[in-house]
Amino acid sequence: MSITLQEQPTTDRGFWNDTGKTGIGSWIFSTDHKRIGLLYFYSVLGFFLVGVVLGLLLRLELMAPGRDLMSAQTYNALFTVHGVVMIFLFIIPGIPGAFGNMVMPIQIGAADVSFPRLNLFSWWLYVIGTVLVLLSLFTGGGAPDTGWTFYVPFSARTGTNVSLALFGVFILGFSSILTGLNFVTTIHRLRAEGMTWSRIPLFTWSLYATAWVQILATPILGITLVLVIAERMLGTGLFDAARGGDPIMFQHLFWIYSHPAVYIMILPAMGIISEIIPVFSRKPIFGYKMIAFSSLAIAAAGSLVWGHHMFTSGMSDTAVLVFSFLTFIVAIPSAIKVFNWVSTLYRGSISLDPPMLFALTFILLFSIGGLTGLILGAAATDVHVHDTYFVVGHFHYVMFGGTGFAFFAAMHYWLPKFYGRTYKTRPAVIAWGLMFVGFNLLYFSMKVLGMQGMPRRYYDYLPEFANLNMVATVGSWILAIGLVLMLVNLFKGLFKGAPFTGNPWGGATLEWSTPTPPPTLNFITEPVVTHGPYDYTALKHDVREADSGVTP
Amino acid sequence: MTHAPHKDYSGAKLGMWLFLFTELLLFGGLFVLYAVYLARYPQEFASGGHQLNVVLGCINTLILLTSSLCAAMAVTAIQQDNRQLTLRLLGGTILCAAGFMVIKYVEWSAKIHHGIYPGSARLVEGPPGESIFFSLYYMSTGIHGLHVLIGATLLAWIAWKVRNGSITRTDFVILENGALYWHLVDLIWIFIFPLYYLML
Repeated sequence: MSITLQEQPTTDRGFWNDTGKTGIGSWIFSTDHKRIGLLYFYSVLGFFLVGVVLGLLLRLELMAPGRDLMSAQTYNALFTVHGVVMIFLFIIPGIPGAFGNMVMPIQIGAADVSFPRLNLFSWWLYVIGTVLVLLSLFTGGGAPDTGWTFYVPFSARTGTNVSLALFGVFILGFSSILTGLNFVTTIHRLRAEGMTWSRIPLFTWSLYATAWVQILATPILGITLVLVIAERMLGTGLFDAARGGDPIMFQHLFWIYSHPAVYIMILPAMGIISEIIPVFSRKPIFGYKMIAFSSLAIAAAGSLVWGHHMFTSGMSDTAVLVFSFLTFIVAIPSAIKVFNWVSTLYRGSISLDPPMLFALTFILLFSIGGLTGLILGAAATDVHVHDTYFVVGHFHYVMFGGTGFAFFAAMHYWLPKFYGRTYKTRPAVIAWGLMFVGFNLLYFSMKVLGMQGMPRRYYDYLPEFANLNMVATVGSWILAIGLVLMLVNLFKGLFKGAPFTGNPWGGATLEWSTPTPPPTLNFITEPVVTHGPYDYTALKHDVREADSGVTP
Repeated sequence: MTHAPHKDYSGAKLGMWLFLFTELLLFGGLFVLYAVYLARYPQEFASGGHQLNVVLGCINTLILLTSSLCAAMAVTAIQQDNRQLTLRLLGGTILCAAGFMVIKYVEWSAKIHHGIYPGSARLVEGPPGESIFFSLYYMSTGIHGLHVLIGATLLAWIAWKVRNGSITRTDFVILENGALYWHLVDLIWIFIFPLYYLML
C-alpha cells in the first residue's frame, strides 16, 4: 500500500479547506461524505443532549413518590418525546449517519459514496422530519403522549398532535432508507482494488448488514404510520376493534419494523467495537469471518422475532413459542461477537486509552443488557416482567450502555482523525469513570425495581419503590456530570488541543493511511489494498518500506 | 487522486432496485392486512368486491399495461438514438397515467356518491367487514394512485431531460430507472386488481 505520501500530516487542514469554499453553504449543501457525516454528527449529538435533558427531568419527577415537578399530562408527553427524540432522532440515524458517512467510504478506499447528492438529500430529509416532529410538540393539541410506540387505540384517539409527529417519523424513515440503499450500493460498487469481501473492515461489514435492515424493514413502519394517520384523519377503522379492525395488527406491523430497528441501532455499534478492540490490543481480531457473518445473521434472524414484544398482547401459544425460540436464536450470533472480542483481548497488549475504555464498557454493559433480554425473550418470565421497569432497564443497557457507549468510543477514536487535533486523556478517563458509575446506578436500579413489580410509564409509584428510585435519580446526575465533562474535554481538544497526525494507535484499516485530516477526495493516490484490515505485521512492513523510501 | 465525474451504470441500477424493494414492502404491509382481514371476513369481502366496477378496473389494467409497454419501448428508443420516438413514447406513458387517474376518479366518485367512503355513515352502521374492505380498498388504491402521480411526474421530468439532451444514447440510466419505477407502479396494480376486483 502506498503509505509513503499519505503518512505526512497535511498542512492545509484537508477537507476543511481544500475545496476553497467557506460559509454555511459549503456545509449544508456539500456532497462530501465527511461533511455530511459531521452534519449528521452535530445534529444527532444535539438531539441526544435534548433527549438527555428530558430524561433528567423524568428522573427528577420520579425522584420521590407523588407530584414533584410536573403534571401527569406533562410527564406523559415528556416520556413520549424522550423516546421519540432518542430513538428516531439520535440512535437510529446516529452511527450510520455520522460515523458511517465519515469513515465507511475511506475504509473501503472510495472517494465518496455511490450517490453523494442522495446522501445530502437524506440529511435534509432528516432535518425536515425533525422539524415536523418538533413542530408537533408545540402545535395542535400539544405534545404527543402515546409513548414512542404509538400504540393504537390510544394513538388513534388522543387529542394530542400525534398525526404530525407520525408524519415526521415517516419522513425520518425515508431518510434512513436512502442512507441504507446508498451504503449497500457503495459497498458493492466502490471498493478499491484489492478490497475483497474478506478484507472489508468489520465496521463496514456491520453497516452493510444494518443497511439491509434499513432497506427492508423501514417501509413497513412507513405504511403503518400512514395507516394510523388515516385512522385519525379519515376514520378508516383498520385498527379499531369497534369497526371490525384489529389493534393487534398494528402491533404486528409496528414491531415488524421496530424490532429489526433495534439491530439498526446496535449493529453499527458492534462494528465500532470490532474496530477498536484489536487496535488497542495490538492483536489481529479473533474470528474475523464469524464476526462479519454474525452481523448478517443478526440482521436476518432479528427480522423474524418481532412477536416477542407481544407475549402479553394476545397471540396463540404456538406463535408465542415460535417467537420465543427465534429470539433465543438471535442470542447466538450476538454471543459469537462477544466471545470473539474477548478472545481478541486474550494475551493482547492492551492499552487503556479512552476509546478502548468505552469499548470495553460496551462489552460489559451490552452483555448485561443482552442476557436480561433473554429473560424477556422467554415467554414464561416475560409475562412477569412485561411492561415493568425491567424492560426499561434492559433497553437502556443495550441501547445506551451498548450503542451510546460505542458512539462515545467512536467519538474518541475517529474524531481526532477528522479534526487533526486531539483531546486530553485524563479528563476523558475521569469522565468515563463517572459515566460508568452513574449509568449502573441509574439503570441497574431500574432492573431491580422492575423485578419488584414497578410498572413502566407510571407517573406515581408505591412507597416501597422510593429508595431505589432515589438511587436511580442520583445516578442520572452522576451520569450527566460525566457526560458534560466528556463533551467539554473532547470538543476543547478537537478545536484547540494538541495536533493529531499519522497513525498513533496503529490501526491497519485504510482511514489510518490517509492524511490527517483527509483531503476531500480522501486519498492522494488511489489506494491498492494488499492486506487485511487487522494485519498489523503487514502494516509494520509497509511503514518500514515507507521509511526506507524517504531515507536518502 | 483525480476526480473524474463518477458514472456507475450498474451502481445506479442497483440503487434503484433496492428502492423498488422498499416500495414492494410498503405495499406489503397493506397486502398483509388484506390477507388477515380476508380470512376474518370472507363474506363481507366478497360482497364488497362485487360492488366494484370490474369493467373500469379492466380498462385501467389495460391502460397501465400499455403505459408500461411505452416506457420499456422508450428505453429501447433512446438506445437507438431516436430522441423523437423516445419523447413520443414517454408522452404516451404519461397520457396513459392521466387516463388511469381519470377513470380512478370516476370510480371513486361513484362510490363516494353511494356513501361508501372511510368513516361514512353507511359503512359505520353496516357490517364491520364491509367497512374494513372499503377502507383497505381506498388505502391501497389511494396510495397506488399517489404512486401513479409520482411516477408520471418523474417521467415528465425525464422527458424534459431527454429533450434538452442530458439523457442520451450512451447515458440513459435515469430513463431506465424511471421506467423501472413505472413498471413497479404497474406491478403493484397487477396485484391490487385481482385481489379487489376479480377473485372475491
